[in-house]
Amino acid sequence: MSFNEKIRAMYVEQIEGIKDAGIFKQERFIHSAQAADIEVEFPAGSSLKKAINMCANNYLGLSSHPEVVKAAHEGLDTRGYGMSSVRFICGTQDIHQELERKVTEFLGTEDTILFPSCMDANAGVFEAILTDEDIMISDRLVHASIIDGIRLCSAMHDTFKHSNMIHLEKKLQLHADKRLKVVITDGVFSMDGDTAKLDEMVALCEKYDAMLFVDDSHATGFIGKTGRGTHEKCGVFGKIDIITTTFGKALGGASGGCVSGRKELVEMCRQKARPYLFSNTIAPVVVSGVLKVLDILFESTERRDKLEKNTAYWRKGLTEAGFVLKDGDTPIVPVMLFNAKLSQNISNDLYDEGIYAIGFFFPVVAKGQARIRTQISAGHEIHHLDKALSAFTKVGKKYDILGKTKQEIIEMYGL
Amino acid sequence: MEEIRDVVLEYVIEEYLEDEDEEINYETPLISGGIVDSFSMVSLKRFLEAQYKISIPDEKASPEAFDTVNSITALVREFIG
Ligand SMILES: Cc1ncc(COP(=O)(O)O)c(C=O)c1O
Repeated sequence: MSFNEKIRAMYVEQIEGIKDAGIFKQERFIHSAQAADIEVEFPAGSSLKKAINMCANNYLGLSSHPEVVKAAHEGLDTRGYGMSSVRFICGTQDIHQELERKVTEFLGTEDTILFPSCMDANAGVFEAILTDEDIMISDRLVHASIIDGIRLCSAMHDTFKHSNMIHLEKKLQLHADKRLKVVITDGVFSMDGDTAKLDEMVALCEKYDAMLFVDDSHATGFIGKTGRGTHEKCGVFGKIDIITTTFGKALGGASGGCVSGRKELVEMCRQKARPYLFSNTIAPVVVSGVLKVLDILFESTERRDKLEKNTAYWRKGLTEAGFVLKDGDTPIVPVMLFNAKLSQNISNDLYDEGIYAIGFFFPVVAKGQARIRTQISAGHEIHHLDKALSAFTKVGKKYDILGKTKQEIIEMYGL
Repeated sequence: MEEIRDVVLEYVIEEYLEDEDEEINYETPLISGGIVDSFSMVSLKRFLEAQYKISIPDEKASPEAFDTVNSITALVREFIG
């Protein structure tokens, strides 16, 4: 009982500080399954509102797919609810192994190890394969979970400017004397939706004897002709040494992640990665669901093809309406507003129009880079996108930002 | 010795400023001012070591010693001897 009033007051003050800074995060309660059409309680206590979800990572629309739900039910019936064990004690079922084999085949790697989440995969992998004789060279915009993994590892760390290959090469030269070098990047960057130049990175890594690490959480299942990921899109399938990815986004969206790559690196994770060794195994019901997702994706590219069409339609619509977008061709389509308050206001107005899309601002993105990050899904139909486009246009008109350049928007609303 | 100062300044501008409009000088606080995160000090240290063929012990490479171009220059001088 040492949580006295003085301590409480200290935390209250910190929380007030977060509110004052305008970066206090609030949950919105969804009363339906995850899908294009959802029912939302927001603010807390208000009556339910139907909305079109434009910000889920449900890229392939598989989160509530009947076949996936059915497979999960079967997994529940035949393999039970929980395993009450980490993998290496008594938490590995036949289906865990089957999933590792299937992911390996899907990603075109040598071997795969499951983790409770991709956050855990990223947190554990570097420490498991590197020592203080080595260097990690990461893109400056990699995901927060990678930064945590880097912090937990004793190897030296350096960064290169976002997607800047000249800078990366300089860093590879600067650190040429290190025993092992790992270049670290996201495949598709989650905030901007741009794609890493994996072809050039593979070439540089070959030139300087470095390993290449790619977090493909926002790509696995739909980027590339058959949806295998950024490496497929960039023509370097089979050439990535370490891929991490999540089952919590396109691949059914429940939870779980993995490290996939060179078999010796995967083996090192099995022996040493702490989140693998010390956190519970993925529940059988989830494993069964992901297995079904992969079957669906092996069988047909229909869903990623539809996603690609939807994405092109959405980007074209927003561009014609006169919004400033981040360039790219992935289903992550950031509508740039630059000013944090403006992004919040527009998000609220969109919600009034039945469109659920969240504003992102500092510290999630850099200062002066506030945006609404829209994410397209194969679960969207054209009528969803049309409705969302007319809502965006209406709200854009209200704030008089349509057809305006970045500079003009900043002049009107500030940074 | 002017030269070291300018080499360091130029490196910091090249390496850490993303926005061409930002301006820094010899006394701009780099780490405490949020321009260089303490993470990225590593590359600065390695650059200095390679450039001037010196070895800066880790305990000398404190965030304080790396906070301005002038203080970095002083540190380098100490090891050039
Ligand atoms: C690039 C990237 N890596 C990793 C993760 C974490 O994935 P998980 O939810 O499986 O922990 C995310 C999710 O936000 C992500 O965007």
